[in-house]
Amino acid sequence: MDIFLQQLINGLTLGSIYGLIAIGYTMVFGIIGMVNFAHGDVFMLSAFIALIFFLILTTWLGISSIVLALLIVLVLSMILTSLWGWAIERIAYRPLRGSFRLAPLISAIGVSIFLSNFVQVAQGARNKPTAPMVRDVIVLYQSEAGYTVALSYKQIIIMLTTAVLLTIFWYLVQKTSLGRAQRACEQDRKMASLLGIDVDKTISLTFVIGAALASVAGTMYLLYYGVVSFADGFVPGVKAFTAAVLGGIGSLPGAVLGGLIIGLIETFWSAYFSIEYKDVAAFSILAIVLIFMPSGILGRPEVEKV
Amino acid sequence: MNAPSITTTSSQDTAVPSRFNLGAALKDSAITALITLGLSIPILSYKTEQNGSDLFLRSRWELVAVICVGVFVLRLLMHAFLATRAARQAVPGPHQATEPVHAEPSAFQHVSKFAIPMFLGVALAFPAIIYLIQGSLNESRYWVDLGILILTYVMLGWGLNIVVGLAGLLDLGYVAFYAVGAYSYALLSTTFGLSFWICLPLAGILASFWGMILGFPVLRLRGDYLAIVTLAFGEIIRLVLINWVDLTNGGAGISSIPRVTFFGVPFTSGDDGFAALFGFDFNNMHRIIFLYYLILVLALVTNFVTMRLRKLPVGRAWEALREDEIACRSLGINTTNTKLTAFAIGAMFGGFAGSFFAVRQGFVSPESFNFLESAIILAIVVLGGMGSQIGVAIAAIVLVAGPEMLRNLTFLKAVFGESFDPNEYRLLLFGAGMVAMMVWRPRGLISEREPSVVLKERKAISGSLVKEGHG
Repeated sequence: MDIFLQQLINGLTLGSIYGLIAIGYTMVFGIIGMVNFAHGDVFMLSAFIALIFFLILTTWLGISSIVLALLIVLVLSMILTSLWGWAIERIAYRPLRGSFRLAPLISAIGVSIFLSNFVQVAQGARNKPTAPMVRDVIVLYQSEAGYTVALSYKQIIIMLTTAVLLTIFWYLVQKTSLGRAQRACEQDRKMASLLGIDVDKTISLTFVIGAALASVAGTMYLLYYGVVSFADGFVPGVKAFTAAVLGGIGSLPGAVLGGLIIGLIETFWSAYFSIEYKDVAAFSILAIVLIFMPSGILGRPEVEKV
Repeated sequence: MNAPSITTTSSQDTAVPSRFNLGAALKDSAITALITLGLSIPILSYKTEQNGSDLFLRSRWELVAVICVGVFVLRLLMHAFLATRAARQAVPGPHQATEPVHAEPSAFQHVSKFAIPMFLGVALAFPAIIYLIQGSLNESRYWVDLGILILTYVMLGWGLNIVVGLAGLLDLGYVAFYAVGAYSYALLSTTFGLSFWICLPLAGILASFWGMILGFPVLRLRGDYLAIVTLAFGEIIRLVLINWVDLTNGGAGISSIPRVTFFGVPFTSGDDGFAALFGFDFNNMHRIIFLYYLILVLALVTNFVTMRLRKLPVGRAWEALREDEIACRSLGINTTNTKLTAFAIGAMFGGFAGSFFAVRQGFVSPESFNFLESAIILAIVVLGGMGSQIGVAIAAIVLVAGPEMLRNLTFLKAVFGESFDPNEYRLLLFGAGMVAMMVWRPRGLISEREPSVVLKERKAISGSLVKEGHG
């Protein structure tokens, strides 16, 4: 029971990170129907940006308050990662609109290879460990056997940040004119442009929002694991994509739900079965979901048009 | 034709008048440089370095400044180039109204009549040419090894071409079948002592068997989902190879795999060896040159089989499937079987190539079969023009030999300093190249198609009429 509770907490934390990345996949897929393969690497890049700002703030400027440092890092990393998201869309995807269907996917694979190797060349191939930023834990429950169930401040920060940002983001998509334009483009791009919506701008903004949320995930990932390497984009990226598909690609609540489910499956699998095969489990879920329920839990089934 | 341009919307509007607007160009270049500056903060401007257990930062603003100035100048030159081109094209030609159904015989087609026999001739005579240039067998080793590497990728490219280029199914996990082939040979030869010549067909059969097992459930998926599932399968196979230590020895890999034999005669210095049998002086290079011809024959077999298959009903069905799946189905073609044959045959050639890889290296480990390898093979097929056999061969040469040549350019060291290693930038350039390829020439180097059926005369089909990778 106590292991279960602990894994539940860990799984939800991991799941919120996956959910944040999954939103980027699901929004881009919803609006232009492409799998943004490079999104995982944008996430990895943002973790590096966050790492460097953390170092600047703590070692050079001597800011000792972790909460303040975290806030500054979050804002800076969101801005700079958004710029990357915008630039990637501008250079690698926009010229391909109207090209054959798999061209954007191939281009995205190119971007993904470029980004991970760019970070490797710029920052070196070794893992980058940081000193733990937040150490304290709240002990929730202690069993007779001495096993403690603990909720760390790290996990609280991660879940809280995720929840707050998702609420802001939800408001943005549901209530503002930007969100309306975005949903209109999702339904019918040609009609939306006839009604005076700047489709290019809306698509750019989608990428910017996706990258900003990925950068939150990247910062949280760094906070949680305390280590990042240039190759860390691929596997979390695939898992987040799995989450997006599982939740129903194109559906925002689906992405978060899918993220939480994938996070929980991963931690429980590692705890009860085998930690070696946890990535195999994630990839298998991806294959199974795509084959047997491609419209996901909350997604609309796709109708094939002749 | 409809080549997408990468200019911004504002500059497209101003590019219509034929004069080069310096002010606008300067402004746009300055904005581009500013964006570059934003992108390089902090990932380029500070480098994290490790000192014991602590990380510290090193500033590199001078590098950022150089890059920003470089981007500014390049962007300005691009504007100037586009403006002069726009001025030249301002007078429209008489025949620009409609897209031609048949492509004009391009320069490539005129060349290709001579190019293909020439390529073949060079490939056949390659070890001899290198021997004559280098003067001795041992010194030509590097070049023959490079030739083997290129031909391996040519073969893999041709194998994947069946799946991607002909049947139009984007397969991101092709390396899985390469791995199946390599491990089949490694395991069969080390545990049962089977020779390479028995294992080669077995590896092909096993790989195509896996192709069918993995292919069957995924074939009803649409293009990009199919791509992602094949990626997942490729990764699953690699992870299983890492974790199933009892069978595969895990990440340490399988070593001391038996070497190739000359149809049973080993390449050793002993009395029953190849050299003694044919009366040569023993030289390790005999084996390498034999491997070269072996992979050349394997690659040519792949090519020959593909060319013949294209003319068979199943090959026509592949291409029909690539063009329009729904039309295909309504004409009574069994799409599942058609896709499955493409998958199985593509996988079989992957398996052959894998078992060749194992016998050449004498060592296999899961790390040789990661996703990047799949991406490289896919890039070869895409760059080659998806469906064009000679295009794939050229692309393999460019993508495999190109980075290798980069390493030999010593003057780069003089420009960028002694510690400059071009190999570090290989994959960086590779990824950027893939994007550039899609943006400028999405149909690959050679986009014309040879029709597989003709009525009276051969006409090439314009690349813009072919729907590769539609899914």
